[in-house]
Amino acid sequence: MPALSPTMEEGTLAKWLVKEGDAVKTGDVIAEIETDKATMEVEALDDGKVGKLLVAEGTEHVPVNQPIAILLGEDEDASDIKIPEAPEPKQTEPEASGETQANESSPEPKPADHKEPEAKAPPKPKIAPDPKIPEGTEFVDQTVREALRDAMAEEMRADPDVFVLGEEVAEYQGAYKVTQGLLKEFGPKRVVDTPITEYAFAGIGAGAAFTGLKPIVEFMTWNFAMQAIDHVVNSAAKTHYMSGGQMRCPIVFRGPNGAAARVAAQHSQDYASWYAHVPGLKVIAPYSAADAKGLLKAAIRDPNPVVFLENEILYGQQFKVPKLDDWVLPIGKARILREGKDVTLVSYSHGLTYTIEAADKLAEEGIEAEIIDLRSLRPLDLETILASLAKTHRLVAIEESWPVCSIASEICARVTQEGFDDLDAPPLTVSGADVPMPYAANLEKLALPRTEQVIAAAKKVLYKD
Amino acid sequence: MIGRKGDTSSLDTYRAMLLIRRFEEKAGQLYGMGRIGGFCHLYIGQEAIVTGMRTVIEEGDQVITAYRDHGHMLSCGMDPKYVMAELTGRRSGYSKGKGGSMHMFSVEKEFYGGHGIVGTPAPLGTGIAFANHYRDNGRVCLTYFGEGAANQGQVYESFNIASLWKLPVVYVIENNRYAMGTSVERGSANAHKLYNRGAAFGIPGEQVDGMDISAVADAGARAVHHARQGAGPYILEMLTYRYRGHSMSDPAKYRTREEVKDVREHHDPIDLVGNRLMDAGIATEEDLKTIDKEIRAVVNDAAEFALEDPEPDPEELWTDVLVESQAPSEA
Repeated sequence: MPALSPTMEEGTLAKWLVKEGDAVKTGDVIAEIETDKATMEVEALDDGKVGKLLVAEGTEHVPVNQPIAILLGEDEDASDIKIPEAPEPKQTEPEASGETQANESSPEPKPADHKEPEAKAPPKPKIAPDPKIPEGTEFVDQTVREALRDAMAEEMRADPDVFVLGEEVAEYQGAYKVTQGLLKEFGPKRVVDTPITEYAFAGIGAGAAFTGLKPIVEFMTWNFAMQAIDHVVNSAAKTHYMSGGQMRCPIVFRGPNGAAARVAAQHSQDYASWYAHVPGLKVIAPYSAADAKGLLKAAIRDPNPVVFLENEILYGQQFKVPKLDDWVLPIGKARILREGKDVTLVSYSHGLTYTIEAADKLAEEGIEAEIIDLRSLRPLDLETILASLAKTHRLVAIEESWPVCSIASEICARVTQEGFDDLDAPPLTVSGADVPMPYAANLEKLALPRTEQVIAAAKKVLYKD
Repeated sequence: MIGRKGDTSSLDTYRAMLLIRRFEEKAGQLYGMGRIGGFCHLYIGQEAIVTGMRTVIEEGDQVITAYRDHGHMLSCGMDPKYVMAELTGRRSGYSKGKGGSMHMFSVEKEFYGGHGIVGTPAPLGTGIAFANHYRDNGRVCLTYFGEGAANQGQVYESFNIASLWKLPVVYVIENNRYAMGTSVERGSANAHKLYNRGAAFGIPGEQVDGMDISAVADAGARAVHHARQGAGPYILEMLTYRYRGHSMSDPAKYRTREEVKDVREHHDPIDLVGNRLMDAGIATEEDLKTIDKEIRAVVNDAAEFALEDPEPDPEELWTDVLVESQAPSEA
């Protein structure tokens, strides 16, 4: 009885279309078999003569691999028939056997029948701390936009395999001016304007990366990358694993993510948890310009596909950036933005705007909040979060994303599992409202997290409300 | 490996095609025995296409396709033992048992997979061609997909970009007439002119008898030359036929037995080469039988190897998710 579907374990021999003594040729239908899904025709895989039918028409529940007929080869006749009673181990296959596998046997039980030894837990990635900034290093004021551009330019100068691909990245100088000036310095071969076809240029980037080039694919916004998510997930993230480590896809997908201002539902979505869900990807969502620069340089050098989530509102904000020849930060390491002993506030990207405001106001009331900027969402630096929790015993996770299956809900789940004994109150989340982003100014404000909500949540875990 | 130009009806191509045929028959058998799991899409009937195209490309040219990929791998010179071991999910398989029938690769043989999502080879292959263009290395990427995939939006996005940037890619549409259970007439507008699907983008196309390796090689040589000289992409629509179902679990009720039988008996691509070899006095029927015996032995060895090779070590569950790398500050 042949297995005729991925899930079939037994079948019904509905009908024999040959009888003993019939000559059959390759491709002739010899039987009809009802599987769990359909009625299938079974073909002879070889020329020969039907020697014996072992299972009668209409028999139900014939297990996969039970012999159902014997096909005789050119040099055999009926006297050669030896009826196999039960599958025996290690029987060699005769020269001329049909698809029915009559003379073959199934020596081993199916994998489902025996217990697999448990694989050990996955190895924890070793992540180095941030590089030390030498004393006396000058800090310059830079916008996130400029920091991102400098990161790309520096990596393109250092490595001719790095190039930028996307809509309006070259002649228009970037829809949000992040690639400004790159065309002039690197030329149209390395700063490539594409048609508005995300599905294709994401796949083209992945294909080029398979050959060892290091594309930076800019999505004008991550909202449009939904057209291309198949290549981010199925082509870029999974190929290294599916190829047993042979193929690499050193690519960066980057662009603004999350809500901007008044652009409504289709242009205001945070995709952090979508991509952080996927093994095979690294996911980064920086807040400050220094982190944006150091992490984008790390992402470009990383041999893995990296999803780099920027934020339009942060593009124009200024931060201090260390003036160093090669400022590169480790992926997977959170940053303690502010130390405090009373409550841990965890956030990422633009979520930190409310978080910092809330911490300032809490400080006025004598509450010292510790702020963690996740920076990387995959791998997630749980170690830093748990260490902070061990100190404060209280945690609030803040994000602009929808609340269901989000980064904040993931953090709450993980600290509950792994830091339960350190918790003095249930961890809380402050997220965007669970609605598509509205257009009206007042409604949009209500749909995003607000500083007061962060303050209220912090007080709640401190039992001070 | 075959590779001599214009060498289309030779003992080598006969062997190469027969290897695919016998390999696929064996894969079908092992699937029936429950030794190969999941989805398994056989290439039987389409052997002339990859074998013919192989004769017109050069060392360093790349190949990418979707999930009916065993023939492409064998024609690239990948070892049948390790292809079969991947099908049985064993540790010596090309993907260490982690990819299976639809996801195999060989960087060494310039085979870029093996992709399970319909239509994705189009932009991925275009991207490989983009890399050739970027590096100015004179290579061409053969990008295969089926006539069903030819209706996907990403294919046309790729056509547009490949033509716009004059990328060295040859799109080979393997039109085996059925997208799973949907005949090309039921699924495609202007179904008899798929070669014309690039016309709007200025991409030349040809319809080719994909059952005749000489026709495949003739058209293939034109297409590859066009792409290599920098004139941009080219489309070859190969008219072919798959003898088996879409996958092993396909009852194939959408076509008649007679239709399959007719192709098998009158248009078989391997018989065609065999007959030509005999007509030309290059081989006797006896010679061809001897070749068949040799090929069967190779395939039986591959199957035996693939059944005896151990399953992957449980630790392999966690490997290859990410490329292990030093943290940047340590690098």
